[in-house]
Amino acid sequence: MIGKFRRAAEAAGAEVLEARTPEAALATLARILKEEGVGAGGRTAVWPAGPLRQRFHPEILAQMLPGLVLEVTREAAAAAHVGVTEFEWGAAATGTLVQDASAVAQRLASTLPPVHVALLPAGAIVADIGAALRRFDPARAAFLALVTGPSRTADIERVLTIGVHGPRRLVIVLYGQEAGHA
Amino acid sequence: MPEELRELVRRALAHPHLSAALTRFSEDYRMSRARAYKGIDFEALRERIAARKAAAAEHLEELAARFAAAASARGAHVVRLDAPGDVHDYILRVARRRGARLVVKAKSMATEEIHLNAALAHAGIEVKETDLGEWIVQLARQRPSHMVLPAIHLTRADVARLFSRETGQTLEAEIPQLVRVAREQLREKFLRADIGITGANIAVAETGSLVLCTNEGNARLVSTLPPVHIAVVGLEKLVERFEDIEPILAALPRSATAQQITSYVSILTGPAEAAGGGPKEMHIILYGHRRAAMAADPVFREALQCIRCASCLNVCPVYRLVGGHVFGRVYTGAIGTVLTAWTEGWEASRGLEQLCIQCGACRDACPARIDLPELILEVRRRAAHAVTPPLAGRAAFVLIGNRRAFHAALRAAALAQKPFTEGPYLRHLPLFFTEAGKNRRLPALAAEPFRDRFPRIGQPRSARRVALFAGCLIDFVYPEIGEAIVRILNRAGLEVLFPEAQTCCGAPARFSGAPEAALANIRDNVEALPGDGAEAVVSACPTCTVALQSDAARVAQECGDAALAGRAARLAEKVVDFSTFVHRLAAEGSLRLPSGADLPAVTYHDSCHLKRTLHAAQPPRELLQSCGYALREMQESDVCCGMGGSYSLKMPEVSAAMLARKLRMIAATEAAGVAVDCPGCLMQIRGGCAAAGAPTRVRHTAEWLASLLGPAH
Repeated sequence: MIGKFRRAAEAAGAEVLEARTPEAALATLARILKEEGVGAGGRTAVWPAGPLRQRFHPEILAQMLPGLVLEVTREAAAAAHVGVTEFEWGAAATGTLVQDASAVAQRLASTLPPVHVALLPAGAIVADIGAALRRFDPARAAFLALVTGPSRTADIERVLTIGVHGPRRLVIVLYGQEAGHA
Repeated sequence: MPEELRELVRRALAHPHLSAALTRFSEDYRMSRARAYKGIDFEALRERIAARKAAAAEHLEELAARFAAAASARGAHVVRLDAPGDVHDYILRVARRRGARLVVKAKSMATEEIHLNAALAHAGIEVKETDLGEWIVQLARQRPSHMVLPAIHLTRADVARLFSRETGQTLEAEIPQLVRVAREQLREKFLRADIGITGANIAVAETGSLVLCTNEGNARLVSTLPPVHIAVVGLEKLVERFEDIEPILAALPRSATAQQITSYVSILTGPAEAAGGGPKEMHIILYGHRRAAMAADPVFREALQCIRCASCLNVCPVYRLVGGHVFGRVYTGAIGTVLTAWTEGWEASRGLEQLCIQCGACRDACPARIDLPELILEVRRRAAHAVTPPLAGRAAFVLIGNRRAFHAALRAAALAQKPFTEGPYLRHLPLFFTEAGKNRRLPALAAEPFRDRFPRIGQPRSARRVALFAGCLIDFVYPEIGEAIVRILNRAGLEVLFPEAQTCCGAPARFSGAPEAALANIRDNVEALPGDGAEAVVSACPTCTVALQSDAARVAQECGDAALAGRAARLAEKVVDFSTFVHRLAAEGSLRLPSGADLPAVTYHDSCHLKRTLHAAQPPRELLQSCGYALREMQESDVCCGMGGSYSLKMPEVSAAMLARKLRMIAATEAAGVAVDCPGCLMQIRGGCAAAGAPTRVRHTAEWLASLLGPAH
């Protein structure tokens, strides 16, 4: 399932990284932020609340991820270079990330910065979008967000161009073990 | 067709890059769409979509009420409005209350339909389209020429000029830089906007959910950043259940842009948290206008199944020549022709329905399984009733409807043409007598029609008999095709009958919106066929075959003649196209065709009706190959040659452009011959080859096969 998800996500223009444990995921995230220059020259990243973030004490996050802003306002997100968000489900057939984005911080962090890092438990990958949608009750989720690859356009002479209004780079970090594994 | 539309067609064809850009797109689309649907049962998928959307179209108002209840319960303000002016007023009231000065919009056809931007601008409110294509078109002060790719008619140089003017900078025609400029310019607008306006791709009645698909992510920003979100949703977007999203979401991106899924799909159920905290102010306008009337119309209700993927534009051989500024108004292409007739009235849309060549490519591609060619014919029929047809046109159809007078006229024309026959300038026969044939050279009618030659053919007597339905072209222009058919069938031990009272199949009259004349043709043919003891009625013209096989009974039914419809349906069971029938004879062992040595390579042109209505693309190919002809497939062998019956007379420029392309495809195969199963295509392609001085031999499949039987005796 992970392999299928990876191939589909990469075909859609996303990068897929794997981390065995939550700690390894954090280390991977730290590497990506560093690579993007976050923490240097006033470059920031935003990461709204999510299950992985909650596992770590803010002081550890501040230490490991310099430049990270945990209070995700409209202004903070608009100013950030990287947005980190956590997704609930992945759809293998299309490489799609699915998230209840009713909390506006999730949408701000995933739409405004030029780089988007999506964190997804490897055990949450299901067959397709239909299977992922069946795990949500629309009456409880005011904004379901499905994300497949970076922002793209082909509106000028049909030439594919990445990163028009949303992120130009999408990195998916899969962490933990695939469902069905011990 | 109105002269102004004709002029637009001429200008579009003369445009330096429009057709080239659109044609490249449609060529790529054809392949990439096939890849996107790989592993998916398209027929099953569109069956599901058609069923769900048809059910919704039957209960539009009920679903609108359910949607309103569900979305209201979640905190949205929902109104059901009909008049475009009422939608303007509602939005302006919200804008005034909020003191709004800037509105950002995601792409929405419904707001295009009601010309919302003009109304907002008139009220002093700045409006920014944020979909890149829509923004370009807005800056160019034009309207979208394509439902999914609004600015496909513009080049990067055009865009650079527009952006330079907007930003006051001098920008190079370099796409990544232009996209970056759009991001910067519009980002500031997103953050400053007071109201965001979107449409919706799907609206779910049971949950009150809206589904928004974009690749750029602009709908996410439009619905998230400003404090107010207004969604203008056409009633046709309604489906009953949340699970109905799934099949539509599977088809829409694949059919629209050949993607598995768009980068972003947002499902909004009531107002989510606003960017400044607290719940957002969300308004949903369920917009009806003429949709309620369409839903009440037993024929046009089907058009409400549309999911706005624009695949009917992408596969249309006419759209790719003239573009959406000619072929449509707000809505373009095949579905645009149907919707424009409803949203803007029969008068405003007059002529658009004539642009369709009835090739059926859109019907095959439609993921909602809408029979677009049939709906366009209905537009034609109703438009013809709405406006008095020119007298000459009507007189011609009276003539076509009267077999004796029609055939007498053809014979007279055959004599009268003699001083004028030069070269193969041939046109579809019945329409030759209409207004459309005026000022054109006479068709080179055969000196002796097939019906006069037939009695002289020495045939073996046989207990197995089949009737030959010649159709006008074989009867009066290409009698040699009729003779070839008789020879082949005789070789299979069949005796061929030619019931003389047969006449035009009725298709030309029907396609021109003159069902009364078609009905007269059907009556004559039902009377004449199948003939004494014939086991089948064989036709070597796919258009005639379809007319007899499926249209005759329907036309009779629609004209209220149930008895005739019953007889036509019984006749239909015996009607079969030439290649399918001969292939069957060969398969059952009744026919052994000789195989030749050193035969020329041929390429096969699929005629529209044979491929897409009769689904008989393989039989002629297999027959030709079994006789030893090497088959060299041309690119897009099933794209219309531009004949389209009377189309070549009504739209000669479009027809010529389609033919020119077909000839290029044929030439690229370097085959010595072209095989076709339709005498209309044969006329078009043979005429084109002759005019171009190409040595290519263009013949009916029956002729290629019969030529192996040795000289006729």
